[in-house]
Amino acid sequence: MSSGKRRKIVVTGISGRLGKILARRLHHDLDWEIVGLDRRPMTGRPKDITHHQVDLRSKAARDIFRAGDVDALVHLGVMHDPRARAAELYSWNITGTTKLLEYCQLYRIPKVVLLSSANVYGPRPDNPQFLTEDAPLLAAQRFPAMRDLVEIDHLVSTFLWRAQGIVETVVLRPVHIVGPVHNAPSNYLRIERPPMLLGFDPMVQLIHVEDVAEAIVSALAPGRRGIYNLVGPGEVPLSAVLRELGREPLAIPHPLAKPLLSLAFRLGISSFPVAELDFIRYVCMVDGRRATAELGFHPRFGLRETIQAAHA
Amino acid sequence: MGLLDRIRQRIASPPHADDDVEGRTKALVVHGNEFGFDPFGLSRDHLGGAVKFARFLYRNYFRAEAFGIENIPASGRMIVVANHSGQLPFDGLVISAACFLEPPAPRLLRSMVEFFVPSVPFASYLFARWGQITGTPENCRRLLAADEAVLVFPEGARGISKPFSKRYQLAEFGKGFMRLALEMNAPIIPVAVIGAEEQAPAVNVKPLARLFRAPSFPIVPYPPFVPLVPLPVKYRLHFGAPMTFTGDPDDDDTVLDEQVKQVKHAIESMIHVGLQARKHVFW
Repeated sequence: MSSGKRRKIVVTGISGRLGKILARRLHHDLDWEIVGLDRRPMTGRPKDITHHQVDLRSKAARDIFRAGDVDALVHLGVMHDPRARAAELYSWNITGTTKLLEYCQLYRIPKVVLLSSANVYGPRPDNPQFLTEDAPLLAAQRFPAMRDLVEIDHLVSTFLWRAQGIVETVVLRPVHIVGPVHNAPSNYLRIERPPMLLGFDPMVQLIHVEDVAEAIVSALAPGRRGIYNLVGPGEVPLSAVLRELGREPLAIPHPLAKPLLSLAFRLGISSFPVAELDFIRYVCMVDGRRATAELGFHPRFGLRETIQAAHA
Repeated sequence: MGLLDRIRQRIASPPHADDDVEGRTKALVVHGNEFGFDPFGLSRDHLGGAVKFARFLYRNYFRAEAFGIENIPASGRMIVVANHSGQLPFDGLVISAACFLEPPAPRLLRSMVEFFVPSVPFASYLFARWGQITGTPENCRRLLAADEAVLVFPEGARGISKPFSKRYQLAEFGKGFMRLALEMNAPIIPVAVIGAEEQAPAVNVKPLARLFRAPSFPIVPYPPFVPLVPLPVKYRLHFGAPMTFTGDPDDDDTVLDEQVKQVKHAIESMIHVGLQARKHVFW
């Protein structure tokens, strides 16, 4: 690919940890020309990465695509902030994604990759042990804050068919991402005495952030389109993960956990919304065989390495 | 020999004291990862207590006898299909104990728990550690693909909650197990359970069932009047020869009906023979 023009890729949410890891991989190893798109500033940016500190909904965002020389869009910029106003988040997420998809179709961007999450299926007592990509996205039923992500996933999944022939669309639904990232599961695993629900110890799946970046890279290859669950190196009970990390979990009876967490959240002691408790109560695991078969995705980090990455 | 002598003798030399529970647990095939857990959360390290409890019930409490245990294949996928009865799901436990203790090589049956179990504290994860799974067809498919053994009660709640007056009359069989067998090319091992019907002789109080919106409300004629503790009946299990079927798993119910009936008849005739041979409910 070094011959001729470098391929140009727009990455939304580039200022996040995963965004930076992906940018480094694309820039250093694969020599893509990278255009960042984020409301936040990007620190530690190499000189030849262009960064636009703009709102996805703005005209400036459209201008990036208008030139028609963009080869791919990776949308990592799904905003989730339990403290932000739900209405503002909703508008940012849904309108922003709709606009991006509109530009991609209009200016014929050949590839769109959305980073969704396996959490869109929702932790539920009647879940099969491994959910496939065809399972309904029910997370918002018990956890309203997941509505944005579920809706974005639906938007892009519909776009997969709507823009067929113009844009190759890939939706990736990774399990809990760990490593040097800031998300609810990795923040939970960093707590010295993390709460567990007394009498509950669901099986969980983790994936290393570098493996997620690798999966995004493989989704960028021409000809790949579809919806894929991304699974790490295996599944273990939550208690085994915490033991491996040397944590001392605090077992709380679940009728008490809800009011306690809700109080802690309101007082600003905890950043976990109450609905997150379902993730340490019920199974929400996915079947990753489609990504293995069609994207050739295999996690490079082993089970122990992946768990240990939560120390980062 | 008087009853007291018999009891003394049993205490002095308990039958099957040579059950090598630890050895069998070690010999069990578990598709575990480096942490020892299989994809469904089964762990050999967590089996100990459950196996000892199951063995106690099997050998000492129900004094179970298993006939035709040679019909259990030493390896490979299989669907064990049995009649379901007795208000409390001890029949599942006894069949599982038989498959673990009796054959030359232990088999762990994966049975299906109700959907409410994952929301019950402790049961939620303990059942998983012991190899029991949430009853969805996808879960069964995955286990059979991994050459595991699955235990199915096609009568479901209709069977276990039927009143004493309907004992040893099979309720309607569901067709799901046959679709699974055809799709996964798995042999079916029919099992007749004799004894469970008498462990909690109950009548169904329909008004109370309606009041509590439960499928049934059984009452037994001894304290505490709801079936919690089974009577120490003697269990007799009859394992039939493996049955293999071929056909389209997506066929109409009426087409599958014939094949389901063959399995039902196999169980019915074993029940018939077993009841004839039985001399007493309790010994």
